[in-house]
Amino acid sequence: MAFPHRPDAPELPDFSMLKRLARDQLIYLLEQLPGKKDLFIEADLMSPLDRIANVSILKQHEVDKLYKVENKPALSSSEQLCFLVRPRIKNMRYIASLVNADKLAGRTRKYKVIFSPQKFYACEMVLEEEGIYGDVSCDEWAFSLLPLDVDLLSMELPEFFRDYFLEGDQCWINTVVQALHLLSTLYGPFPNCYGIGRCAKMAYELWRNLEEEEDGETKGRRPEIGHIFLLDRDVDFVTALCSQVVYEGLVDDTFRIKCGKCHGPLLGTSHMAGLVFNEIRNEHFSNVFGFLSQKARNLQAQYDRRRGMDIKQMKNFVSQELKGLKQEHRLLSLHIGACESIMKKKTKQDFQELIKTEHALLEGFNIRESTSYIEEHIDRQVSPIESLRLMCLLSITENGDARCSLDTHYGPEHLLTFSNLRRAGLLTEQAPGDTLTAVESKVSKLVTDKAAGKITDAFSSLAKRSNFRAISKKLNLIPRVDGEYDLKVPRDMAYVFSGAYVPLSCRIIEQVLERRSWQGLDEVVRLLNCSDFAFTDMTKEDKASSESLRLILVVFLGGCTFSEISALRFLGREKGYRFIFLTTAVTNSARLMEAMSEVKA
Amino acid sequence: MPCGLILFFQSGRPLGAGVRLGMGLRMNRTKGDEEEYWNSSKFKAFTFDDEDDELSQLKESKRAVNSLRDFVDDDDDDDLERVSWSGEPVGSISWSIKETAGNSGSSHEGREQLKSRNSFSSYAQLPKPTSTYSLSSFFRGRTRPGSFQSLSDALSDTPAKSYAPELGRPKGEYRDYSNDWSPSDTVRRLRKGKVCSLERFRSLQDKLQLLEEAVSMHDGNVITAVLIFLKRTLSKEILFRELEVRQVALRHLIHFLKEIGDQKLLLDLFRFLDRTEELALSHYREHLNIQDPDKRKEFLKTCIGLPFSAEDSAHIQDHYTLLERQIIIEANDRHLESAGQTEIFRKHPRKASILNMPLVTTLFYSCFYHYTEAEGTFSSPVNLKKTFKIPDKQYVLTALAARAKLRAWNDVDALFTTKNWLGYTKKRAPIGFHRVVEILHKNNAPVQILQEYVNLVEDVDTKLNLATKFKCHDVVIDTCRDLKDRQQLLAYRSKVDKGSAEEEKIDALLSSSQIRWKN
Repeated sequence: MAFPHRPDAPELPDFSMLKRLARDQLIYLLEQLPGKKDLFIEADLMSPLDRIANVSILKQHEVDKLYKVENKPALSSSEQLCFLVRPRIKNMRYIASLVNADKLAGRTRKYKVIFSPQKFYACEMVLEEEGIYGDVSCDEWAFSLLPLDVDLLSMELPEFFRDYFLEGDQCWINTVVQALHLLSTLYGPFPNCYGIGRCAKMAYELWRNLEEEEDGETKGRRPEIGHIFLLDRDVDFVTALCSQVVYEGLVDDTFRIKCGKCHGPLLGTSHMAGLVFNEIRNEHFSNVFGFLSQKARNLQAQYDRRRGMDIKQMKNFVSQELKGLKQEHRLLSLHIGACESIMKKKTKQDFQELIKTEHALLEGFNIRESTSYIEEHIDRQVSPIESLRLMCLLSITENGDARCSLDTHYGPEHLLTFSNLRRAGLLTEQAPGDTLTAVESKVSKLVTDKAAGKITDAFSSLAKRSNFRAISKKLNLIPRVDGEYDLKVPRDMAYVFSGAYVPLSCRIIEQVLERRSWQGLDEVVRLLNCSDFAFTDMTKEDKASSESLRLILVVFLGGCTFSEISALRFLGREKGYRFIFLTTAVTNSARLMEAMSEVKA
Repeated sequence: MPCGLILFFQSGRPLGAGVRLGMGLRMNRTKGDEEEYWNSSKFKAFTFDDEDDELSQLKESKRAVNSLRDFVDDDDDDDLERVSWSGEPVGSISWSIKETAGNSGSSHEGREQLKSRNSFSSYAQLPKPTSTYSLSSFFRGRTRPGSFQSLSDALSDTPAKSYAPELGRPKGEYRDYSNDWSPSDTVRRLRKGKVCSLERFRSLQDKLQLLEEAVSMHDGNVITAVLIFLKRTLSKEILFRELEVRQVALRHLIHFLKEIGDQKLLLDLFRFLDRTEELALSHYREHLNIQDPDKRKEFLKTCIGLPFSAEDSAHIQDHYTLLERQIIIEANDRHLESAGQTEIFRKHPRKASILNMPLVTTLFYSCFYHYTEAEGTFSSPVNLKKTFKIPDKQYVLTALAARAKLRAWNDVDALFTTKNWLGYTKKRAPIGFHRVVEILHKNNAPVQILQEYVNLVEDVDTKLNLATKFKCHDVVIDTCRDLKDRQQLLAYRSKVDKGSAEEEKIDALLSSSQIRWKN
């Protein structure tokens, strides 16, 4: 079931070093404030921090108590306060309120702010305005690459998505560049670079600048990773909007995996690692039951062996095998519990109808049925996030503005969410004057049909060419399959969506790697509105070993999904490559939607 | 594995089965193909609800694993991660913070306890960290020869120089007040986080050149730094005018103003740019920060008439009207509830205030507490329906859910009963009776009620599925009889209780000579 890598697949570099570096740097920073101190940690940094340090390490460096940064007065009685925060205005205001309260009370303490991964000038400005600049010392903890897996590095910056793709703020580009620079320092230069998207291009340019400035550092080093591919999330929203059906993706959609740990009720914080999980996480969910039951049977058989044992054999069994069996037992029951819970939730959600609708949207069939399904979904008040997601999927795949009466159903604030979705390009609006394609004329026929309901009314202004449909055709994203698609033996990356759709992002990467350039993809690039933002840069690097040339670092700016990771892992196995993923955060459809909603300041 | 389950998940597109199975259907199959497949297939479509049959494999795995529990849980697994009630590993940072938070605000004594509990000694029994060596010694004593050892050990063949100096000296320590950096040198220094005075850029031309350098470098942090400087040293008219033609910088300024909450300047900016809709939305957004309902209402009033799109305008008006209503209803109902004279509030105390709830929730509330009120009152459902032009479907769904929750089956009945011109009554549902049945089931309606509505489902397959799912035995039996489907009836016999009336009924039918079975 689990697919082995080809024997000639290259070894992955060891990324555990990144954790050690981050930990050591944190320790160094803590020791910059000698003596006992209380540490205030921003909620979003807690899980990443847990992955690289633990309480006893902090205690060793004289951290006394730990607090979460939240909008409450601090009860700390310590003489030294240390804040570990993301560079955000509201954090600065919080710190300022603490410091100013102390000042009012005539109390003097030492304060230190550690920004992770970097300090922003806007933060310093607030410190200055609040009159505490100089009262607090500032440092940076350049912790921007958390290895979540042997092949997965996360920057843990979900805010990248909103900040860049909605607000157009480029503040995180330099953070990405610093991360790339660190990687090239540790693992050698990247001889072949490709990228698509406006942000990808900017990041690449800034990175090149930086490398030129720090000239010589990576020179002469043998490249360990032969290719780097940068990709903007908005090049492919569709894939990220789909329901996931590979196990890890489904678990993420259902329980939310945070920082590599699952926060579902059943899984507790169980490590998603472990043998059981490694074998099934890339699998289509349909294969998981069978796998688990096989494992359960094996485990039972293992335990049963003890029945016929004499004392000596028993001793051996207890000392050598029991521990492993227990571990496996624990993991197995966790995953069985997870599956049960997934099935329960999905049953409630009418999952099969949902998937059916999504696939119809991807294929461009039965638009009317899909439309009325989505409308009913809204009427039934299943979940606002889900409804929004489906509307965005409808809008992008059909290129119409699928707005409807969500405001009524989920509270008027959705007015603001809609405006955000439009600005980010998740809900598309049409430009007038474009010619009608076949799909669109089909849709405009629907418009005259009153029975099709409200959403279709929104199609009345539909005129723009449906780029997704055209791209899908060009890149053959909907595989032509005769007969059954055997999900046990996947034949292409489409298996991550039950054989119905090859993720666009992954297909682009596959095509470019095959050609080692964008040659012949001009039309696709044009349809993606990326004509100015698709680039290649190859250095004649004789030192690159053939092994390194089969290692590819894929950088997702704005997040990637577990489905995309699974799909590329599959591609890697097929072609003898290995992919390394660097993402600003692991994402899914719900996270994308939530990032677009408006909450009070 | 049960075949249904395999079929359901396994194949994106099994021949023609997709339409029923859902997961990866093939829309372009001809209907003929599909029916042929179905008629010839011995498989039944998997439904997610059919846990009894389809999840047997999972259940079986669970049993197997659970049976081992006695043997496994002998509590010596100290090398396994301990997980606290909240699911965080004990000793993890998140767990520890929760401990602190849970105890904060308690008595002085409690805090003392906490202090000792969180002190280092109490963590002594925790697993040792994997790496306990301290790099700090290395950083402190950079000159001592041996200290490089640990780092180079850690990094094998990586040249340590590439990042160690950066670690050793925080960036803030690099100070340079030199005054003659060019704009491009200046932005480069800013990117590195170095302190760098911008005061010498005094002419507009210099300022703009600085901004352009920042934009062409792509680092948003630097762009914002320059904008902060420009905002402070230029009049807003000049700043706005120059940014209007510099979209990247403009977006940074807008985001910056949003973040620091300088609403006034933001609105001025939108006004200057003539971005009326953004101006309106941005103004409207402020209501989120107003807690007091009356103040919020007054604020919303100021939003009506702002230059929203036509559609949004209607929503803003509705938002205002809705909150106005909610304030009236809330005051009235709070009074009724505390007076304790009204049965419905005594039996079903309100769980939360209705203020700021969405329209549909308000409708549900009014169907729950004010169902029988005359149309003239603000809180009556019919009045809400009219005022906000709630579509029939939505109204029926909501009313049904509310009345079913109260188990007011007569109201449910009335909701679907229509009289035609001859005075005959007929049952009609704008949402389809299959949905009605599902909602009723969710609210634990008794079988007799369910049965009545299952019978109203038009499509025979759907009816049979629902009846089976909700154990409406009579409907299943009667439908099989009507379909003359002896095989299915036979199969269903195993699902009813032994010796029950249903079993008798089935037996009677099976032995009946009146029926001409089709199979």
